[in-house]
Amino acid sequence: MARAVSTRHKTIVTILAWSIGFLIFFPILWTVLTSFKTEAEAVASPPSFLNFSWTLENYTEVQSRSNYARHFYNSVVISVGSTLLGLLIAIPAAWSMAFVPTRRTKDILMWMLSTKMLPPVGVLIPIYLIFRDTGLLDSVPGLVVVLTLINLPIIVWMLYTYFKEIPGEILEAARMDGATLWSEIIHVLTPMAVPGIASTLLLNIILAWNEAFWTLNLTAANAAPLTAFIASYSSPEGLFYAKLSAASTMAIAPILIMGWFSQKQLVRGLTFGAVK
Amino acid sequence: MATAHSRIAARFMLAPAVLMLLCWMIVPLAMTIYFSFLRYNLLMPGMEQWAGFDNYSYFLTDPAFFTALKNTLLLVGGVLLITVIGGTLLALLLDQAMYGQGFVRIMVIAPFFVMPTVSALVWKNMFMNPVNGLFAYMAKAVGLQPFDFLSQAPLASIILIVAWQWLPFAALILLTAMQSLDREQMEAAEMDGAGTFSRFIYIVVPHLTRAVTVVILIQTIFLLSVFAEILVTTNGGPGNASTNITYLVYAQSLLQFDVGGGSAGGIVAVILANIVAIFLMRMIGKNLEA
Repeated sequence: MARAVSTRHKTIVTILAWSIGFLIFFPILWTVLTSFKTEAEAVASPPSFLNFSWTLENYTEVQSRSNYARHFYNSVVISVGSTLLGLLIAIPAAWSMAFVPTRRTKDILMWMLSTKMLPPVGVLIPIYLIFRDTGLLDSVPGLVVVLTLINLPIIVWMLYTYFKEIPGEILEAARMDGATLWSEIIHVLTPMAVPGIASTLLLNIILAWNEAFWTLNLTAANAAPLTAFIASYSSPEGLFYAKLSAASTMAIAPILIMGWFSQKQLVRGLTFGAVK
Repeated sequence: MATAHSRIAARFMLAPAVLMLLCWMIVPLAMTIYFSFLRYNLLMPGMEQWAGFDNYSYFLTDPAFFTALKNTLLLVGGVLLITVIGGTLLALLLDQAMYGQGFVRIMVIAPFFVMPTVSALVWKNMFMNPVNGLFAYMAKAVGLQPFDFLSQAPLASIILIVAWQWLPFAALILLTAMQSLDREQMEAAEMDGAGTFSRFIYIVVPHLTRAVTVVILIQTIFLLSVFAEILVTTNGGPGNASTNITYLVYAQSLLQFDVGGGSAGGIVAVILANIVAIFLMRMIGKNLEA
């Protein structure tokens, strides 16, 4: 039974929550608005909120000054590529731990979690040198491999918690009916696992898209995804607020939209299933 | 239930993931340990010499190390304090009945999806800039002197930026935990005459302990390695005022090309992270079993 809530209480809560929510969201809103201003209006005093002449010139200029589309493309390839590669390795691993657990399964899972605690600077120098000597520095395939590895523990954990929820009895029933291991995976498990795999995919693309340690250290002009490209605005182009805003808006928009759809999975994925 | 056949298949399915992670951990880490005992500078290739513990003694006696250690702790602690307290308050608020709750949730969660370089640059230029930033306008509007955040209070400013990114994460997890709270228990307590405050202390807080532990663990892992926000806002400065361990190791190895010294720093960072990790894993282990 829900507790009866007075309309007055509800109104006060609504006003408070909307104000705080607006405050938290404001920097993003301000960035989006500024991206439609001219440079002069972007630094005008007093700042104009909505009453300015809207323009799209920043978006075209960001593309013409530096090949923005290329960095966007790099971001897409790196985040989607590393996620798919990660799933390819993690699905069998998670499947095996969820359905054929051994005495060591818990230890392996905990060990995988612990690899996530290795600070990246602990391995930065060797990776940098290996990449330099093998020509992987500033290359998209190199980054795909690194991001696959750093996110692999999260993918395995997340899939494991989803697979764990698939009842084992169904597998036994299928086996009784004479299903082979292969047809068991294709016809019984896969349809039940698709939602879990989909949300793992979504969350991991978000994490890879926003990763900003390895992408900044291992790329230059060639393979730089948006994280590294935007960093190049730190000076002196950062003073062109409208262009910075246009570049930023395009960089965060796709992930913001995906993120809003994956709120629930986010909690589960990032807490390694500890909070659902 | 598993047949011998499927057990063997299962081993093979697990092997690639385990082997890849093992290589990823062991090989580079072993190389870092090896480099940390060498006098090795990228500007002088072929001059590598065994250096014993020299790199460690230089790194650990460098005043920059203590500044960076202090900054790392302040950064992690400051952000945790803001996000856990702020996140709890936000979760309490969002758990109430209101109009348009879904929309408020969407606004609150948004900063978490903004890439670190974007949020750092937006805050640096459009808000904290002492000439054209929004904060400067607001200060001037009420007759105050604009404050130059990133040069006068660099670390505090970075804490603010990073806290803004992680507040949604804490709030979302705590809200999820709060929604699994047993409503009947709350009502029973209310009927027994427990006030709002004592219901919060004796029912809500114990229920949230596990979620708060998880928030602290996960944020600590990420916050120990804050890098992009420092790189694009202050470059660790002025001086070393906003350099954390991660940034110090980066500067030593990739800016000064001192592979030996940088590696020693990297190993120190690994050891520090492990101390935190052991402490936190034990904490979370206790919570997970309960």
